[in-house]
Amino acid sequence: MASVTQLQRQFIEYTTSLYNEGYLDDQFTQLQKLQDESNPDFVVEVVSLFFEDSEKLLNNLATALQQKTVDYKQVDSHVHQFKGSSSSIGAQRVTNMCVHFRNFCEEKNLEGCLQQAKHEYILVRNKLEALFRLEQQILQAGGSIPMME
Amino acid sequence: MEDDNAEDMEVEVLSSMWPEDIDAAGKKFNLEKPGADQDLLEDVTFIEEPTIVDFQRLLELTNYSEKGSSQLSYLVKNWEWKQENAVRLLREELENLSKQQHEVELKKLEILEEHRFEDDSYGGDKRPISILDEVYEIIPDVPKRRNDVIYQDQRLEIDGEDDTDTVKYWKQRALNLEKLLELSVNREQILLEKLEESIEKLEKQSSPVEELSQILKRADNFLHFVLQNAPVVIGHQDKDLRYRFIYNHFPSLGEEDIIGKTDVEIFKGGGVKESQDFKREVLEKGIPGKREITFETELFGAKTFLIYVEPVFSKEGETIGVNYMGMEITDQVRRREKMAKLREEIAVQKARETELNKTIHITEETMRAKQMLATMSHEIRSPLSGVVSMAEILSTTKLDKDQKQLLSVMLSSGDLVLQLINDILDLSKVESGVMKLEATKFRPREVIKHVLQTAAASLKKMLILEGNVADDVPIEVIGDVLRIRQILTNLISNAVKFTHEGKVKINLYIIPDPCSESQQKSEFDMEESESHERVVWIRCDVEDSGIGIPETALPSLFKKYMQAGADTARKYGGTGLGLAICKQLVELMGGSLTVSSKEHCGSTFTFVLPHKIPHACESSDETDDFKDMDDNTSTEDDENCGFFQFKPRTLGSLFSSNGSGRAHGLTGTELNFEKSNSENNYSTKYDSFDHDHPFHDPCIQKNRPLNPDAQRIHSNGNSGGISGNVHEKTKSLRPKILLVEDHVVNVMVAKRMMRQLNQDMDVVNNGVEAVRAFQRCDYGLILMDVCMPVMDGLQATRLIRSYEKTGNWDEARLAGVELSGDHIPKEQRRRIPIIAMTANAMSENAEECFANGMDSFITKPVTLQNLKQCLEQYLP
Repeated sequence: MASVTQLQRQFIEYTTSLYNEGYLDDQFTQLQKLQDESNPDFVVEVVSLFFEDSEKLLNNLATALQQKTVDYKQVDSHVHQFKGSSSSIGAQRVTNMCVHFRNFCEEKNLEGCLQQAKHEYILVRNKLEALFRLEQQILQAGGSIPMME
Repeated sequence: MEDDNAEDMEVEVLSSMWPEDIDAAGKKFNLEKPGADQDLLEDVTFIEEPTIVDFQRLLELTNYSEKGSSQLSYLVKNWEWKQENAVRLLREELENLSKQQHEVELKKLEILEEHRFEDDSYGGDKRPISILDEVYEIIPDVPKRRNDVIYQDQRLEIDGEDDTDTVKYWKQRALNLEKLLELSVNREQILLEKLEESIEKLEKQSSPVEELSQILKRADNFLHFVLQNAPVVIGHQDKDLRYRFIYNHFPSLGEEDIIGKTDVEIFKGGGVKESQDFKREVLEKGIPGKREITFETELFGAKTFLIYVEPVFSKEGETIGVNYMGMEITDQVRRREKMAKLREEIAVQKARETELNKTIHITEETMRAKQMLATMSHEIRSPLSGVVSMAEILSTTKLDKDQKQLLSVMLSSGDLVLQLINDILDLSKVESGVMKLEATKFRPREVIKHVLQTAAASLKKMLILEGNVADDVPIEVIGDVLRIRQILTNLISNAVKFTHEGKVKINLYIIPDPCSESQQKSEFDMEESESHERVVWIRCDVEDSGIGIPETALPSLFKKYMQAGADTARKYGGTGLGLAICKQLVELMGGSLTVSSKEHCGSTFTFVLPHKIPHACESSDETDDFKDMDDNTSTEDDENCGFFQFKPRTLGSLFSSNGSGRAHGLTGTELNFEKSNSENNYSTKYDSFDHDHPFHDPCIQKNRPLNPDAQRIHSNGNSGGISGNVHEKTKSLRPKILLVEDHVVNVMVAKRMMRQLNQDMDVVNNGVEAVRAFQRCDYGLILMDVCMPVMDGLQATRLIRSYEKTGNWDEARLAGVELSGDHIPKEQRRRIPIIAMTANAMSENAEECFANGMDSFITKPVTLQNLKQCLEQYLP
């Protein structure tokens, strides 16, 4: 039981830090609120979907940018999608990066942006995966996930 | 060269005057040396004299004025001093000579006497010395010589005593002396002659008049040289301000016209009097002064002179006249004035610029503030609607009386705030030009009826609501029925609010075109610019027998946040925006809204709107929104019947506030409407709205889409098989929602939210699919992503709207959408609400959405509240 409380405290601290450091925003809270008994894995499902989608998008982006003549319109639409999905799960920093990215789209200078966006994405992915692992641990230890306010 | 001009110009005038006056002047000059002058003056010739001079006056001046006399006396004294010096020297010499002569004569006498005394004793040896004497040069140094002589004489005497006293010697000596004397006399003679000659020469050569004249002449020449082209007038005037002297470079008058006259006598026009007065002032005060005077005379036109006037004093200190000097500065003044004007203009320009900047700044601020307000309202609306709807749900649960009471207050407050926010959003939509008007066919009688019905439904007073539509009002017209309904609802609820007993009436009738055809171009005139279409102007009076509006409050009545009196808001509630919105809407539609009122008797709000009349052929089969819902039998009657009346049966029943009691609150044929409502399952929501918080202020509900709801419900129930099938398929009577979204994550989130909201939802991934889905099924609401592959949300919306308008899918086919043939013919030509989902909140994106026919938008990421609020607003 002691480990559960410890894990729970850890979970809270970790979640708080994710919000404080801007990895996540309220939209993620929204997602958590949508999860209930009838749909216990909703957040994980959505976020996994997001991971899948993001990796596909990043690949597409990388390919698009490697073309001899870059189709900026296409790049822009990829980034737009990335922005949409990241904002839907509340991955704030990725969203911001995408906004930045799109601004650069007009200036047609993207190499650095892709790297940064990728970097931000991997960061938030690791963070969220860690969060989910923590959740799993709490659940396995028989505790309940603490509600975040 | 210098005086050529002057000579040419003034020779005639002047030559005549010099000679006679010169004598006088001459006299003056030679005052101290009388005698020598007269003759000398004749040598002097004065030819070039460009000035007009009153010499008598000059004389007087030099005699009497300190300045004149001192100037002359200085010259004279200088000359005199020189002359005196020379004369003194000559006199001295002359004196010396005569003294010498005298001495010599004395000597001679002495010698002669001596000689007589000692006749015998002649002889002596005086000779060598006298001979020596003879050789002497006499003229240069007189005193020296005299000494010599004396010395010689003494020696002679000494010699004489030493030598022998012979007669011969003395004789000899006398002879010698005589000779000497003779010589001396001769010399004297010569000297005298020389003296005479030199005096004569001296006087002749340096005659003061000539010299002075020459000086004067030179000065004069210089003056002329300097002044010859200067735009200068120099003058002297005596103490009566009569001209005594004038120098004018461009004389336009002869001397005789000027000398001895005053300014006023010489010429007339602007500035003359002023200059004269100025001169007189200087004369009186004795202080020199400068002034700029603009003359406007016939003589030389409009010219500005800078005038310097100084007083001239006599030796006694009295002012005897003025010297005056004027310089023409017309050009400078003109330039200066131009500069001043320019400077002024620049200043004005600058002021205007700052003003403009300020205005721009203010405008920008206002725009920003409006934007802020809109954004904020938008943001506030979502959580607030959450609160209100939760409270509504709460009110359906078991509560005791107190709780119910509290809840109803809470609900009405919440509703008021919601209303206020909706109003603000409406206003900012109109003001920012986002508000788009629809042009749809509608039946005015139906509209009036429904508005009154709605008002009656929430009526809590003993009021009679009446509608009166004149026979000449067409059965169908074209316009934005939603907005017209909004206006009417607003005015009616206002009227009801301020009327405690009596009637609230709507009168509808046709009026002649208030302005010429060409001038009235309202927005929907533009949209369908079929020139042959007839336009009617329909006037609508909303009349009540209420408290009326004081005349002082009338002007500010349509202003935002204004209510007639300070206590009105307290007493009657309301946001103060309703009338402002009405006015703006009416004006947006090309009409006008006015009010007339009598305190304690009632008010009449009148709006006049242009409406087009649809083609007769279409009107038969095309049913409009308000084709009567359930009682088909009464359709014909309704079409022609122009009179409606609603009144509450009893006050008591109104406050019973039970769902069932509600229907009895209404009389007349419209009861069917309510009844059918209760038959329908889906009416629960509608009913709960109105029945469960009966203390609502009626005005609050004006924007609630009650009638479209009801009508939809009825249409579903009424149109029987077709729409019923759709609902059976989905195992729900709920209107279905179509989500058009290409993104999996978003879809997942939205789906989950919808489940939370207990709504069913179909999902398609792009615009083309959306059009197909719309064609296939009957949806109640479409949530449309804007950015999508294949076809974006804007185009899909356009295609759907086009179908709604034309009834065919031609445009969609043109756009390349493949449609299945088995499309369900839609009984209702109802406008489906399409809500955009955009990633960029409150940007031009929103305008684009509205422009393409969307009704509203939700910003992404979508939140549960946003979605819920949206469904509440648009989904029946």
